[in-house]
Amino acid sequence: MALLQIAEPGQSPEPHQRKLAVGIDLGTTNSLVATVRSGNAATLADEGGSCLLPSVVRYTEQGVVVGQAALAQASVDPFNTIVSVKRLMGRGADDVKGLEGESVYKFERAESGMPYIQTVAGSKSPVEISAEILKTLKARAQASLVGELEGAVVTVPAYFDDAQRQATKDAAQLAGIKVLRLLNEPTAAAVAYGLDEGTEGVIAVYDLGGGTFDISILRLHKGVFEVLSTGGDSALGGDDLDLSLARWFVEQLGVDAVIAGESRYLTEKARWTKEQLTDHDSVDVTLQNSGREVVLTVTRELFDGLIDAQVAKTTRACRRALKDAGVSVDEVQDVVMVGGSTRVPLVRSRVAQFFARTPHIDIDPDRVVAVGAAIQADILVGNKPDSDMLLLDVLPLSLGLETMGGLAEKVIHRNTSIPVARAQEFTTYQDGQTAMVIHVVQGERELIDDCRSLAQFILRGIPPMTAGAAKIRVSFQVDADGLLGVSAKELSTGVESQIQVKPSYGLADNEIAEMLKSSYSHAEEDMVLRNLREQQVDADRLLQSLEQAILDDAEALLTQEEITRLREQMALLLVLRNGSDHAAIEKGVHELAKASDFFAARRMDLSVREALKGHSIDEIEGKS
Amino acid sequence: MDIKQNYFEFLGLPEVYSLDQQTLAEHSRELQKTLHPDKFSHLSDRERRLSVQYTAYLNEATATLKSPLQRGQYLLYLKGIDTFSESSVQLDPIFLMQQMELREALESVRDEADPDAALEHLQGVVDAELAELRSDFKTQYEVGDKTSLEAAAMTVRKMQFIEKLGREIDALEDQLYD
Repeated sequence: MALLQIAEPGQSPEPHQRKLAVGIDLGTTNSLVATVRSGNAATLADEGGSCLLPSVVRYTEQGVVVGQAALAQASVDPFNTIVSVKRLMGRGADDVKGLEGESVYKFERAESGMPYIQTVAGSKSPVEISAEILKTLKARAQASLVGELEGAVVTVPAYFDDAQRQATKDAAQLAGIKVLRLLNEPTAAAVAYGLDEGTEGVIAVYDLGGGTFDISILRLHKGVFEVLSTGGDSALGGDDLDLSLARWFVEQLGVDAVIAGESRYLTEKARWTKEQLTDHDSVDVTLQNSGREVVLTVTRELFDGLIDAQVAKTTRACRRALKDAGVSVDEVQDVVMVGGSTRVPLVRSRVAQFFARTPHIDIDPDRVVAVGAAIQADILVGNKPDSDMLLLDVLPLSLGLETMGGLAEKVIHRNTSIPVARAQEFTTYQDGQTAMVIHVVQGERELIDDCRSLAQFILRGIPPMTAGAAKIRVSFQVDADGLLGVSAKELSTGVESQIQVKPSYGLADNEIAEMLKSSYSHAEEDMVLRNLREQQVDADRLLQSLEQAILDDAEALLTQEEITRLREQMALLLVLRNGSDHAAIEKGVHELAKASDFFAARRMDLSVREALKGHSIDEIEGKS
Repeated sequence: MDIKQNYFEFLGLPEVYSLDQQTLAEHSRELQKTLHPDKFSHLSDRERRLSVQYTAYLNEATATLKSPLQRGQYLLYLKGIDTFSESSVQLDPIFLMQQMELREALESVRDEADPDAALEHLQGVVDAELAELRSDFKTQYEVGDKTSLEAAAMTVRKMQFIEKLGREIDALEDQLYD
């Protein structure tokens, strides 16, 4: 007799209605994809059974190779094999100049200011290279799961700035992945860890990956993961530890300069040595150099000395993060270690010493981030409507504007909870000034030159007045992904200027569209079909959510007349939706959305009242 | 966006200075659970947009009411006294003298034999000053007549000075450790 199937509470009872969503950890060294199946989150393996996909992309005349096969050729074909591309994401051509000595690529400055890498298959931007890794993961997910992928939660270092986040989102878009949310890596780790352990209280997540370092302080309370502060260094990771050792190799070999292939050979040897030193006190490493063979003995003590300053930098960041969170070391209940580099013994002992407790290493530090992302993806896509889990993040770096004298005026300070909207008023400097350059920057330093430039735009049409008379209001809005939108308005005339912040050296939307288009073999047809399908999904979503809203709240919130009108407009959109004109559907969605805004706002106000209903006035006043 | 409630009403809290921080945190979390964009991620763009606006308002309200200085400023703002956007204010000379002395002490911390102890002492002074100002504000605000509210505004301005000094102590502490 067949057993009856019973769904887990809160989960959709019909398996075929479950939507496919994945969590993706796009790492410097390795990338992973995970999903929730029958209530369990697990990473997905390739045909060979391996979950880790080396974040390495090799361009050949025949095509693109990603992962292990590409990594195997890294020393042989250094110019066409891109490793650690994450370190280049959202960076300008000037930023990567410093890397040029150590990374071997031939950089080329694009018109947009983005660094392109010359390969045998043409010039490639970091966004395109990352998209190749994402495409491979998407294919892996679709091969092991049945059906179309609804969307993904993609993780980023908490300390990534707006440009780096935007670049990551662009890469996902280019890979044809809908981003449900950009999630901070330490928060993802806390989810994987916290849900396993049922922890309540303050925890610290120390995340030292291949190329980035993050420290986050979180408060866990009944399924709510609230980030109190975050800090770190988006250019410090295991790669840098390898480089310290590789530089020592070069000194010992007594050579002045190394060529590209050799430099990569030496950093690979350094990485191997570092890994050996996790379990051994001393290791002999054999180096081939200019036809000779040199054997060097590396003790753990020697290695610890080489990386001491870098590790000390991370504990200083921990101290600052605690202070920003307003939490003392004793209040931290647990310390969670994430990222492959936390296997280094010196890192473990220093962190244990700083927090005065043994850090948790029980969840595989390589997988924990992808698993946490998968858990959130499952919820965001609507598979677990009763879930109480909520992730509240903060802005990692202050946002500001350039003022006279090259100074940065902060508009939103770091560690502010997001989403956030804030406005600041500025005025003109000269009599009769009619335009103003709005220069948006991110960072903690006082001088513009020390901050990251995010975008510049010009507000024109300010009426000529004496200096200081005009009032220009600049509004910043940061969404839950940590992405920024800026608008400016001259208050006396209402002249307005609005931009979606695109990094000073990022991809423009049309560039992405162009790249997307060229990636389809039957470009035109596919684009049209894809557009139509996207608009239909949008229309369905709106119609469904309105239908549900009417069912739930129409009686309480709408007049009979309003209901009739809404129904009429919904019927109109349904007709368009079943047609094949994507532009008409788009317009229809827009119009229905506008026509039902008042209803959505009333429902929002109702839910605010409902949320606080449990708290009686007596209780509130009794406590005050 | 058209949220008409002030921060206290929005968070279901009484309009008072001595606010219970735990209740504030609880109410804020409850509202996050209904308003946060992640609760709308499978719904339409329009609902997500609205939720971003409401959550931004909630975050601003929570941050303002959490900070003793901003909470005071906001209470005064609701009474028609705007200390948020004033650029220059008159403070009594005795207070200003004290401030100058404290600042001089801060500048010479680096040259002290034990800079850590010197910083800690300064931090103690700042904490005590702030505690006193907060208590002053509570009394002045509760009396609530025009003269008392003006006095409360003066107290808030002093708080701004002392908090700024507190931030400078933090910055110097960072520098000493690095």
